[in-house]
Amino acid sequence: MPGVQGRGMSLIAAEGISVRLGGADVLRGVSLSVAAGEIVTILGPNGSGKSTLLRALLGIVPLTAGRVVRTAGLRLGYVPQRLAIDPSLPITVRRFLSLPVAVTDAQAAAALVRAGLPEVAGRQMAALSGGQLQRVLLARALLSDPQVLILDEPTQGLDQSGEAAFYRLIEDVRHATGVAVLMVSHDLHVVMAASDRVICLNGHVCCEGTPQVVSSAPEYRALFGLGTLGALALYQHVHDHSHDDGHDHAGHDHA
Amino acid sequence: MCMTIRMTTGTIMRGMTMLDDFLVRAGLAGVGLSLATGPLGSFVVWRRMAYFGDATAHAAILGVALALATDLPVGFGTLVVALAMAATVAGLAARGWAMDTTLGVLAHSALALGLVAVSFVPGARTDLSAWLFGDILAVSRADLGFIWGGAVLVVGLLVWRWQGLLTATLSEELAYASGIKPDRERLILTLALAVVVAVALKVVGALLIAALLIIPAAAARGLARTPEAMAAGATAIGALACLAGLALSLWQDTPAGPSIIVAAAAVFAATASLGRLIRN
Repeated sequence: MPGVQGRGMSLIAAEGISVRLGGADVLRGVSLSVAAGEIVTILGPNGSGKSTLLRALLGIVPLTAGRVVRTAGLRLGYVPQRLAIDPSLPITVRRFLSLPVAVTDAQAAAALVRAGLPEVAGRQMAALSGGQLQRVLLARALLSDPQVLILDEPTQGLDQSGEAAFYRLIEDVRHATGVAVLMVSHDLHVVMAASDRVICLNGHVCCEGTPQVVSSAPEYRALFGLGTLGALALYQHVHDHSHDDGHDHAGHDHA
Repeated sequence: MCMTIRMTTGTIMRGMTMLDDFLVRAGLAGVGLSLATGPLGSFVVWRRMAYFGDATAHAAILGVALALATDLPVGFGTLVVALAMAATVAGLAARGWAMDTTLGVLAHSALALGLVAVSFVPGARTDLSAWLFGDILAVSRADLGFIWGGAVLVVGLLVWRWQGLLTATLSEELAYASGIKPDRERLILTLALAVVVAVALKVVGALLIAALLIIPAAAARGLARTPEAMAAGATAIGALACLAGLALSLWQDTPAGPSIIVAAAAVFAATASLGRLIRN
Protein backbone atom coordinates (compact mmCIF):
# COMPACT_ATOMS: atom_id res chain seq x y z
CA MET A 1 0.00 0.00 0.00
CA PRO A 2 1.23 3.46 -0.68
CA GLY A 3 1.49 5.65 2.36
CA VAL A 4 2.45 2.90 4.75
CA GLN A 5 6.09 3.97 4.75
CA GLY A 6 5.59 6.60 7.41
CA ARG A 7 3.27 4.76 9.73
CA GLY A 8 3.68 5.33 13.39
CA MET A 9 5.41 8.65 12.80
CA SER A 10 2.47 10.97 13.28
CA LEU A 11 3.04 14.50 11.99
CA ILE A 12 -0.20 15.98 13.24
CA ALA A 13 -2.88 14.32 15.31
CA ALA A 14 -6.19 15.12 17.00
CA GLU A 15 -6.67 13.34 20.32
CA GLY A 16 -10.29 13.13 21.36
CA ILE A 17 -11.13 16.67 20.35
CA SER A 18 -14.56 18.21 20.83
CA VAL A 19 -15.70 21.54 19.45
CA ARG A 20 -18.81 23.51 20.38
CA LEU A 21 -19.92 26.28 18.06
CA GLY A 22 -22.94 28.47 18.75
CA GLY A 23 -24.27 26.05 21.36
CA ALA A 24 -24.06 23.00 19.09
CA ASP A 25 -21.63 20.12 19.47
CA VAL A 26 -19.96 20.11 16.08
CA LEU A 27 -17.25 17.59 16.93
CA ARG A 28 -17.44 14.98 19.67
CA GLY A 29 -14.31 13.12 20.71
CA VAL A 30 -12.65 12.99 17.30
CA SER A 31 -9.23 11.35 17.01
CA LEU A 32 -7.16 11.08 13.89
CA SER A 33 -3.54 11.14 12.94
CA VAL A 34 -1.64 11.82 9.74
CA ALA A 35 1.70 10.11 9.12
CA ALA A 36 4.45 11.19 6.74
CA GLY A 37 3.71 10.67 3.07
CA GLU A 38 0.12 9.37 3.33
CA ILE A 39 -3.02 10.81 1.79
CA VAL A 40 -5.92 10.88 4.24
CA THR A 41 -9.37 12.00 3.19
CA ILE A 42 -12.17 13.05 5.51
CA LEU A 43 -15.59 12.30 4.08
CA GLY A 44 -18.88 13.41 5.51
CA PRO A 45 -22.22 14.98 4.65
CA ASN A 46 -22.86 18.71 4.95
CA GLY A 47 -22.73 19.87 8.55
CA SER A 48 -20.74 16.82 9.65
CA GLY A 49 -17.93 19.00 10.99
CA LYS A 50 -15.35 18.33 8.26
CA SER A 51 -14.22 21.91 7.85
CA THR A 52 -14.43 22.50 11.59
CA LEU A 53 -12.10 19.55 12.11
CA LEU A 54 -9.51 21.09 9.79
CA ARG A 55 -9.96 24.47 11.46
CA ALA A 56 -9.44 22.83 14.84
CA LEU A 57 -6.24 21.19 13.60
CA LEU A 58 -5.03 24.59 12.36
CA GLY A 59 -5.84 26.22 15.71
CA ILE A 60 -8.54 28.49 14.32
CA VAL A 61 -11.42 27.23 16.47
CA PRO A 62 -11.00 26.62 20.20
CA LEU A 63 -11.37 23.07 21.52
CA THR A 64 -13.76 22.24 24.36
CA ALA A 65 -11.97 18.94 24.97
CA GLY A 66 -8.99 16.97 23.73
CA ARG A 67 -5.84 18.31 22.14
CA VAL A 68 -4.00 18.67 18.86
CA VAL A 69 -0.47 17.29 18.74
CA ARG A 70 2.04 18.41 16.12
CA THR A 71 5.62 17.26 15.73
CA ALA A 72 8.04 19.97 16.72
CA GLY A 73 8.59 22.59 14.01
CA LEU A 74 5.93 21.11 11.74
CA ARG A 75 5.75 22.86 8.35
CA LEU A 76 2.14 23.06 7.30
CA GLY A 77 0.68 24.06 3.94
CA TYR A 78 -2.98 25.01 3.85
CA VAL A 79 -5.31 25.31 0.86
CA PRO A 80 -8.59 26.88 2.00
CA GLN A 81 -11.97 26.02 0.55
CA ARG A 82 -12.20 29.39 -1.10
CA LEU A 83 -10.42 32.70 -1.05
CA ALA A 84 -12.67 35.70 -1.38
CA ILE A 85 -10.42 38.64 -2.13
CA ASP A 86 -12.09 41.98 -1.57
CA PRO A 87 -12.29 43.78 -4.93
CA SER A 88 -10.68 46.80 -3.31
CA LEU A 89 -7.44 44.86 -2.83
CA PRO A 90 -5.24 44.69 -5.93
CA ILE A 91 -2.79 41.81 -5.83
CA THR A 92 -0.93 39.84 -8.47
CA VAL A 93 -0.34 36.10 -8.28
CA ARG A 94 3.37 36.79 -7.88
CA ARG A 95 2.79 39.07 -4.89
CA PHE A 96 0.35 36.60 -3.34
CA LEU A 97 2.95 33.84 -3.46
CA SER A 98 5.23 35.97 -1.27
CA LEU A 99 2.76 36.01 1.62
CA PRO A 100 3.63 35.80 4.39
CA VAL A 101 7.21 34.77 3.53
CA ALA A 102 8.92 36.52 0.64
CA VAL A 103 10.10 34.11 -2.07
CA THR A 104 12.36 34.70 -5.06
CA ASP A 105 11.00 34.92 -8.61
CA ALA A 106 12.62 31.56 -9.37
CA GLN A 107 10.93 29.89 -6.38
CA ALA A 108 7.58 31.40 -7.32
CA ALA A 109 7.93 30.26 -10.93
CA ALA A 110 8.91 26.74 -9.87
CA ALA A 111 5.91 26.48 -7.54
CA LEU A 112 3.56 27.60 -10.29
CA VAL A 113 5.04 25.04 -12.69
CA ARG A 114 4.62 22.31 -10.10
CA ALA A 115 0.99 23.34 -9.63
CA GLY A 116 0.57 23.13 -13.39
CA LEU A 117 -0.02 26.80 -13.92
CA PRO A 118 2.98 28.56 -15.45
CA GLU A 119 2.70 32.08 -16.84
CA VAL A 120 0.08 33.50 -14.51
CA ALA A 121 2.51 35.29 -12.18
CA GLY A 122 1.59 38.72 -13.52
CA ARG A 123 -2.18 38.19 -13.44
CA GLN A 124 -4.48 39.71 -10.85
CA MET A 125 -5.76 37.13 -8.34
CA ALA A 126 -9.30 38.38 -8.93
CA ALA A 127 -9.02 37.58 -12.65
CA LEU A 128 -8.30 33.85 -12.13
CA SER A 129 -10.86 31.14 -12.81
CA GLY A 130 -11.89 28.81 -9.98
CA GLY A 131 -9.52 26.07 -11.11
CA GLN A 132 -6.62 28.46 -11.56
CA LEU A 133 -7.20 29.96 -8.12
CA GLN A 134 -7.09 26.49 -6.52
CA ARG A 135 -3.79 25.80 -8.25
CA VAL A 136 -2.33 29.13 -7.16
CA LEU A 137 -3.41 28.37 -3.57
CA LEU A 138 -1.70 25.00 -3.90
CA ALA A 139 1.46 26.61 -5.31
CA ARG A 140 1.55 29.01 -2.37
CA ALA A 141 1.07 26.17 0.11
CA LEU A 142 3.95 24.24 -1.51
CA LEU A 143 6.33 27.19 -1.20
CA SER A 144 6.76 26.62 2.52
CA ASP A 145 8.10 23.12 1.69
CA PRO A 146 5.38 21.58 3.88
CA GLN A 147 5.47 18.22 5.60
CA VAL A 148 1.67 18.19 5.69
CA LEU A 149 -0.67 19.69 3.14
CA ILE A 150 -4.18 20.40 4.40
CA LEU A 151 -6.88 20.97 1.78
CA ASP A 152 -10.48 21.93 2.52
CA GLU A 153 -12.74 20.76 -0.32
CA PRO A 154 -10.18 21.91 -2.86
CA THR A 155 -12.26 21.07 -5.91
CA GLN A 156 -15.41 22.92 -4.99
CA GLY A 157 -16.69 24.72 -8.04
CA LEU A 158 -14.61 22.69 -10.50
CA ASP A 159 -16.20 20.48 -13.14
CA GLN A 160 -15.59 16.73 -13.09
CA SER A 161 -12.55 16.70 -15.33
CA GLY A 162 -11.07 19.62 -13.44
CA GLU A 163 -11.71 17.76 -10.23
CA ALA A 164 -10.00 14.59 -11.44
CA ALA A 165 -7.06 16.62 -12.76
CA PHE A 166 -6.68 18.36 -9.41
CA TYR A 167 -6.57 15.10 -7.47
CA ARG A 168 -4.03 13.68 -9.96
CA LEU A 169 -1.97 16.78 -9.30
CA ILE A 170 -2.15 16.18 -5.53
CA GLU A 171 -0.91 12.63 -6.03
CA ASP A 172 1.90 13.82 -8.29
CA VAL A 173 2.98 16.33 -5.69
CA ARG A 174 2.93 13.67 -3.00
CA HIS A 175 5.10 11.43 -5.14
CA ALA A 176 7.53 14.19 -5.98
CA THR A 177 7.88 15.68 -2.51
CA GLY A 178 6.73 13.00 -0.05
CA VAL A 179 4.33 15.45 1.53
CA ALA A 180 1.50 14.04 3.65
CA VAL A 181 -1.96 15.16 2.57
CA LEU A 182 -5.06 15.63 4.70
CA MET A 183 -8.10 16.72 2.76
CA VAL A 184 -11.79 17.10 3.11
CA SER A 185 -14.28 16.14 0.49
CA HIS A 186 -17.81 15.06 -0.10
CA ASP A 187 -17.32 13.73 -3.62
CA LEU A 188 -16.80 10.06 -3.04
CA HIS A 189 -15.57 8.40 -6.17
CA VAL A 190 -12.68 10.60 -7.22
CA VAL A 191 -11.40 10.89 -3.69
CA MET A 192 -11.62 7.19 -2.93
CA ALA A 193 -9.25 6.42 -5.75
CA ALA A 194 -6.64 8.95 -4.64
CA SER A 195 -6.59 8.21 -0.90
CA ASP A 196 -4.58 5.81 1.24
CA ARG A 197 -6.99 6.17 4.10
CA VAL A 198 -10.52 7.49 4.42
CA ILE A 199 -12.19 8.77 7.57
CA CYS A 200 -15.97 9.05 7.65
CA LEU A 201 -17.07 11.88 9.85
CA ASN A 202 -20.45 12.82 11.20
CA GLY A 203 -19.67 14.82 14.32
CA HIS A 204 -17.67 11.79 15.42
CA VAL A 205 -15.54 9.32 13.47
CA CYS A 206 -17.99 6.78 12.07
CA CYS A 207 -15.48 4.55 10.38
CA GLU A 208 -11.95 4.66 9.12
CA GLY A 209 -9.70 2.59 6.89
CA THR A 210 -8.55 2.02 3.33
CA PRO A 211 -11.03 3.12 0.66
CA GLN A 212 -11.98 -0.55 0.09
CA VAL A 213 -12.61 -1.23 3.77
CA VAL A 214 -14.55 1.95 4.27
CA SER A 215 -16.71 1.63 1.19
CA SER A 216 -18.02 -1.70 2.47
CA ALA A 217 -18.40 -0.60 6.08
CA PRO A 218 -22.04 -0.42 7.26
CA GLU A 219 -21.41 2.98 8.85
CA TYR A 220 -20.25 4.34 5.52
CA ARG A 221 -23.27 2.90 3.72
CA ALA A 222 -25.57 4.35 6.32
CA LEU A 223 -23.87 7.71 5.88
CA PHE A 224 -23.93 7.84 2.10
CA GLY A 225 -26.42 5.26 0.93
CA LEU A 226 -25.54 2.55 -1.55
CA GLY A 227 -23.93 3.60 -4.77
CA THR A 228 -25.62 6.97 -4.73
CA LEU A 229 -23.58 9.99 -5.60
CA GLY A 230 -22.84 12.72 -3.10
CA ALA A 231 -25.66 15.22 -3.37
CA LEU A 232 -28.49 12.73 -3.05
CA ALA A 233 -26.92 10.83 -0.19
CA LEU A 234 -26.41 13.99 1.81
CA TYR A 235 -30.12 14.40 2.36
CA GLN A 236 -30.86 10.77 3.06
CA HIS A 237 -28.63 10.67 6.05
CA VAL A 238 -30.37 9.59 9.26
CA HIS A 239 -27.43 7.83 10.79
CA ASP A 240 -26.53 9.08 14.24
CA HIS A 241 -25.36 6.25 16.42
CA SER A 242 -23.19 6.30 19.49
CA HIS A 243 -19.91 4.50 19.72
CA ASP A 244 -20.21 3.87 23.43
CA ASP A 245 -20.88 0.21 22.77
CA GLY A 246 -17.22 -0.24 22.04
CA HIS A 247 -17.01 -0.93 18.33
CA ASP A 248 -14.54 1.84 17.80
CA HIS A 249 -12.88 1.69 14.43
CA ALA A 250 -10.41 4.49 14.86
CA GLY A 251 -7.12 3.74 13.24
CA HIS A 252 -6.56 0.01 13.77
CA ASP A 253 -8.53 -1.83 11.18
CA HIS A 254 -6.72 -0.93 8.01
CA ALA A 255 -3.57 -1.84 6.08
CA MET B 1 13.30 68.08 4.85
CA CYS B 2 15.99 67.76 2.24
CA MET B 3 17.15 71.18 3.30
CA THR B 4 18.31 69.86 6.65
CA ILE B 5 20.23 66.98 5.10
CA ARG B 6 23.09 69.19 3.91
CA MET B 7 24.45 70.25 7.22
CA THR B 8 25.46 73.80 6.57
CA THR B 9 24.39 76.38 9.09
CA GLY B 10 22.88 78.57 6.40
CA THR B 11 20.45 76.00 5.07
CA ILE B 12 19.45 74.91 8.56
CA MET B 13 18.74 78.52 9.46
CA ARG B 14 16.72 78.94 6.31
CA GLY B 15 14.85 75.74 7.08
CA MET B 16 14.00 76.91 10.57
CA THR B 17 12.83 80.26 9.27
CA MET B 18 10.65 78.53 6.72
CA LEU B 19 8.89 76.77 9.58
CA ASP B 20 7.83 80.22 10.75
CA ASP B 21 5.59 80.43 7.73
CA PHE B 22 2.15 79.08 8.61
CA LEU B 23 1.62 77.83 5.06
CA VAL B 24 4.82 75.77 5.08
CA ARG B 25 3.83 74.28 8.43
CA ALA B 26 0.35 73.50 7.09
CA GLY B 27 1.80 71.84 3.99
CA LEU B 28 4.26 69.78 6.05
CA ALA B 29 1.44 68.76 8.41
CA GLY B 30 -0.64 67.52 5.49
CA VAL B 31 2.23 65.63 3.87
CA GLY B 32 3.27 64.07 7.20
CA LEU B 33 -0.27 62.92 7.93
CA SER B 34 -0.57 61.45 4.43
CA LEU B 35 2.42 59.22 5.08
CA ALA B 36 0.33 57.40 7.68
CA THR B 37 -3.14 57.70 6.15
CA GLY B 38 -2.03 56.18 2.82
CA PRO B 39 -1.11 52.70 4.04
CA LEU B 40 -3.53 52.71 7.00
CA GLY B 41 -6.37 53.96 4.79
CA SER B 42 -5.63 51.12 2.38
CA PHE B 43 -6.15 48.61 5.18
CA VAL B 44 -9.33 50.43 6.22
CA VAL B 45 -10.62 49.99 2.66
CA TRP B 46 -9.45 46.38 2.23
CA ARG B 47 -10.91 45.28 5.55
CA ARG B 48 -14.09 47.37 5.20
CA MET B 49 -13.37 49.27 8.38
CA ALA B 50 -14.82 52.60 7.23
CA TYR B 51 -17.40 52.78 9.97
CA PHE B 52 -14.78 51.62 12.44
CA GLY B 53 -12.70 54.64 11.45
CA ASP B 54 -15.71 56.90 11.85
CA ALA B 55 -16.48 55.63 15.35
CA THR B 56 -12.88 56.10 16.45
CA ALA B 57 -12.62 59.55 14.88
CA HIS B 58 -15.91 60.77 16.31
CA ALA B 59 -14.82 59.68 19.77
CA ALA B 60 -11.97 62.19 19.44
CA ILE B 61 -14.39 65.04 20.20
CA LEU B 62 -15.09 63.45 23.57
CA GLY B 63 -11.33 63.26 24.06
CA VAL B 64 -11.04 66.98 23.34
CA ALA B 65 -13.71 67.77 25.92
CA LEU B 66 -12.07 65.59 28.57
CA ALA B 67 -8.62 67.03 27.86
CA LEU B 68 -9.86 70.62 28.08
CA ALA B 69 -11.78 69.91 31.27
CA THR B 70 -8.76 68.32 32.95
CA ASP B 71 -6.09 70.64 31.52
CA LEU B 72 -4.31 67.79 29.76
CA PRO B 73 -2.85 68.18 26.26
CA VAL B 74 -5.60 67.75 23.65
CA GLY B 75 -3.50 65.29 21.65
CA PHE B 76 -3.16 63.08 24.71
CA GLY B 77 -6.87 63.23 25.50
CA THR B 78 -7.92 62.32 21.96
CA LEU B 79 -5.34 59.52 21.81
CA VAL B 80 -6.65 57.96 25.03
CA VAL B 81 -10.33 58.22 24.10
CA ALA B 82 -9.71 57.07 20.51
CA LEU B 83 -7.78 54.09 21.85
CA ALA B 84 -10.60 53.26 24.25
CA MET B 85 -13.18 53.52 21.47
CA ALA B 86 -11.08 51.47 19.01
CA ALA B 87 -10.50 48.80 21.66
CA THR B 88 -14.22 48.69 22.47
CA VAL B 89 -15.17 48.30 18.82
CA ALA B 90 -12.49 45.67 18.23
CA GLY B 91 -13.66 43.78 21.32
CA LEU B 92 -17.29 43.82 20.17
CA ALA B 93 -16.24 42.72 16.69
CA ALA B 94 -14.35 39.78 18.18
CA ARG B 95 -17.51 38.74 20.03
CA GLY B 96 -19.40 38.74 16.77
CA TRP B 97 -21.82 41.62 17.32
CA ALA B 98 -23.81 42.88 14.36
CA MET B 99 -21.13 45.38 13.44
CA ASP B 100 -23.03 47.69 11.13
CA THR B 101 -25.59 48.66 13.75
CA THR B 102 -23.18 48.57 16.67
CA LEU B 103 -20.70 50.85 14.92
CA GLY B 104 -23.48 53.19 13.88
CA VAL B 105 -24.67 53.47 17.47
CA LEU B 106 -21.15 53.95 18.84
CA ALA B 107 -19.98 56.43 16.19
CA HIS B 108 -22.90 58.79 16.53
CA SER B 109 -23.24 58.43 20.29
CA ALA B 110 -19.57 59.26 20.74
CA LEU B 111 -19.91 62.34 18.57
CA ALA B 112 -23.06 63.56 20.33
CA LEU B 113 -21.63 62.85 23.76
CA GLY B 114 -18.46 64.71 22.82
CA LEU B 115 -20.39 67.74 21.58
CA VAL B 116 -22.48 67.84 24.76
CA ALA B 117 -19.36 67.46 26.91
CA VAL B 118 -17.54 70.23 25.02
CA SER B 119 -20.44 72.60 25.71
CA PHE B 120 -19.64 72.38 29.43
CA VAL B 121 -16.03 73.45 28.90
CA PRO B 122 -15.73 77.25 28.98
CA GLY B 123 -14.24 78.67 25.82
CA ALA B 124 -14.17 75.41 23.89
CA ARG B 125 -17.56 76.06 22.35
CA THR B 126 -16.17 78.89 20.28
CA ASP B 127 -13.58 76.72 18.47
CA LEU B 128 -15.89 73.82 17.97
CA SER B 129 -15.59 74.00 14.21
CA ALA B 130 -11.80 73.69 14.54
CA TRP B 131 -12.25 70.34 16.28
CA LEU B 132 -14.88 69.18 13.83
CA PHE B 133 -13.26 70.32 10.58
CA GLY B 134 -9.64 70.87 11.53
CA ASP B 135 -7.50 73.99 11.67
CA ILE B 136 -4.51 73.13 9.55
CA LEU B 137 -3.55 76.77 9.03
CA ALA B 138 -3.02 77.11 12.79
CA VAL B 139 -0.61 74.18 13.08
CA SER B 140 2.24 75.13 15.41
CA ARG B 141 5.77 73.76 15.47
CA ALA B 142 4.82 71.57 18.41
CA ASP B 143 1.78 70.30 16.49
CA LEU B 144 4.05 69.55 13.56
CA GLY B 145 6.32 67.48 15.80
CA PHE B 146 3.29 65.61 17.17
CA ILE B 147 1.91 64.96 13.67
CA TRP B 148 5.20 63.75 12.20
CA GLY B 149 6.04 61.74 15.29
CA GLY B 150 2.68 59.99 15.19
CA ALA B 151 2.85 59.45 11.43
CA VAL B 152 6.33 57.94 11.60
CA LEU B 153 5.21 55.71 14.45
CA VAL B 154 2.24 54.45 12.44
CA VAL B 155 4.28 53.89 9.28
CA GLY B 156 6.91 52.05 11.33
CA LEU B 157 4.24 49.80 12.88
CA LEU B 158 2.67 49.01 9.52
CA VAL B 159 5.98 48.35 7.75
CA TRP B 160 7.12 46.12 10.61
CA ARG B 161 3.95 44.00 10.51
CA TRP B 162 3.24 44.42 6.77
CA GLN B 163 3.43 40.78 5.64
CA GLY B 164 1.39 39.51 8.56
CA LEU B 165 -1.19 42.28 8.25
CA LEU B 166 -1.61 41.61 4.56
CA THR B 167 -1.91 37.85 5.01
CA ALA B 168 -4.49 38.25 7.78
CA THR B 169 -6.40 40.73 5.62
CA LEU B 170 -6.53 38.31 2.67
CA SER B 171 -7.62 35.33 4.75
CA GLU B 172 -7.63 34.72 8.48
CA GLU B 173 -7.39 30.98 7.80
CA LEU B 174 -4.25 31.37 5.71
CA ALA B 175 -2.82 33.55 8.45
CA TYR B 176 -3.52 30.96 11.16
CA ALA B 177 -2.02 28.20 9.02
CA SER B 178 1.15 30.30 8.65
CA GLY B 179 1.41 30.87 12.38
CA ILE B 180 0.13 34.45 12.23
CA LYS B 181 -2.42 35.52 14.84
CA PRO B 182 -5.10 37.64 13.13
CA ASP B 183 -6.14 39.07 16.52
CA ARG B 184 -2.69 40.53 17.03
CA GLU B 185 -2.69 42.07 13.55
CA ARG B 186 -6.11 43.57 14.23
CA LEU B 187 -4.74 45.08 17.43
CA ILE B 188 -1.88 46.69 15.48
CA LEU B 189 -4.38 48.32 13.11
CA THR B 190 -6.55 49.43 16.05
CA LEU B 191 -3.55 51.09 17.67
CA ALA B 192 -2.48 52.72 14.41
CA LEU B 193 -5.99 54.03 13.84
CA ALA B 194 -6.14 55.63 17.29
CA VAL B 195 -2.78 57.34 16.73
CA VAL B 196 -3.83 58.62 13.31
CA VAL B 197 -7.07 60.00 14.74
CA ALA B 198 -5.20 61.89 17.44
CA VAL B 199 -2.70 63.20 14.89
CA ALA B 200 -5.24 64.09 12.20
CA LEU B 201 -7.62 66.01 14.45
CA LYS B 202 -5.75 69.29 13.97
CA VAL B 203 -5.49 68.81 10.21
CA VAL B 204 -8.95 67.77 9.01
CA GLY B 205 -11.01 67.50 12.21
CA ALA B 206 -13.03 64.65 13.69
CA LEU B 207 -15.68 64.59 10.99
CA LEU B 208 -13.31 64.28 8.04
CA ILE B 209 -10.58 61.94 9.34
CA ALA B 210 -12.31 58.88 7.92
CA ALA B 211 -12.58 60.68 4.57
CA LEU B 212 -8.83 61.30 4.50
CA LEU B 213 -8.30 57.59 5.19
CA ILE B 214 -10.72 56.25 2.62
CA ILE B 215 -10.82 58.62 -0.35
CA PRO B 216 -7.10 58.65 -1.29
CA ALA B 217 -6.92 54.86 -0.91
CA ALA B 218 -10.03 54.40 -3.04
CA ALA B 219 -8.58 56.80 -5.61
CA ALA B 220 -5.34 54.81 -5.77
CA ARG B 221 -7.17 51.47 -6.19
CA GLY B 222 -7.92 51.83 -9.89
CA LEU B 223 -4.29 52.52 -10.76
CA ALA B 224 -2.58 49.90 -8.61
CA ARG B 225 -1.70 46.25 -9.30
CA THR B 226 -0.21 45.40 -5.91
CA PRO B 227 -1.12 46.31 -2.32
CA GLU B 228 2.14 48.23 -1.93
CA ALA B 229 1.48 50.30 -5.04
CA MET B 230 -1.97 51.14 -3.73
CA ALA B 231 -0.63 52.21 -0.33
CA ALA B 232 2.08 54.35 -1.91
CA GLY B 233 -0.43 55.81 -4.36
CA ALA B 234 -2.80 56.64 -1.50
CA THR B 235 0.00 58.49 0.28
CA ALA B 236 0.88 60.45 -2.84
CA ILE B 237 -2.75 61.30 -3.56
CA GLY B 238 -3.32 62.26 0.09
CA ALA B 239 -0.33 64.59 0.07
CA LEU B 240 -1.41 66.07 -3.25
CA ALA B 241 -4.93 66.61 -1.91
CA CYS B 242 -3.57 68.34 1.19
CA LEU B 243 -1.47 70.75 -0.88
CA ALA B 244 -4.24 71.34 -3.43
CA GLY B 245 -6.78 71.87 -0.66
CA LEU B 246 -4.50 74.39 1.01
CA ALA B 247 -4.08 76.24 -2.26
CA LEU B 248 -7.84 76.29 -2.79
CA SER B 249 -8.33 77.53 0.73
CA LEU B 250 -5.76 80.28 0.21
CA TRP B 251 -7.15 81.55 -3.09
CA GLN B 252 -10.85 81.16 -2.51
CA ASP B 253 -10.87 81.60 1.27
CA THR B 254 -12.59 78.25 1.73
CA PRO B 255 -12.27 76.19 4.96
CA ALA B 256 -9.00 74.24 4.68
CA GLY B 257 -10.07 70.83 6.04
CA PRO B 258 -13.08 70.40 3.78
CA SER B 259 -11.08 71.81 0.85
CA ILE B 260 -8.54 69.01 1.30
CA ILE B 261 -11.28 66.40 1.18
CA VAL B 262 -12.83 68.07 -1.87
CA ALA B 263 -9.44 67.88 -3.62
CA ALA B 264 -9.13 64.20 -2.69
CA ALA B 265 -12.63 63.54 -4.02
CA ALA B 266 -11.69 65.26 -7.28
CA VAL B 267 -8.66 62.97 -7.65
CA PHE B 268 -10.91 60.00 -6.92
CA ALA B 269 -13.33 61.04 -9.66
CA ALA B 270 -10.41 61.44 -12.08
CA THR B 271 -8.76 58.08 -11.32
CA ALA B 272 -12.11 56.27 -11.28
CA SER B 273 -12.90 57.39 -14.81
CA LEU B 274 -9.28 56.82 -15.88
CA GLY B 275 -9.41 53.30 -14.43
CA ARG B 276 -12.62 52.59 -16.33
CA LEU B 277 -11.01 53.85 -19.54
CA ILE B 278 -7.98 51.58 -19.04
CA ARG B 279 -10.15 48.54 -18.38
CA ASN B 280 -12.40 49.06 -21.40
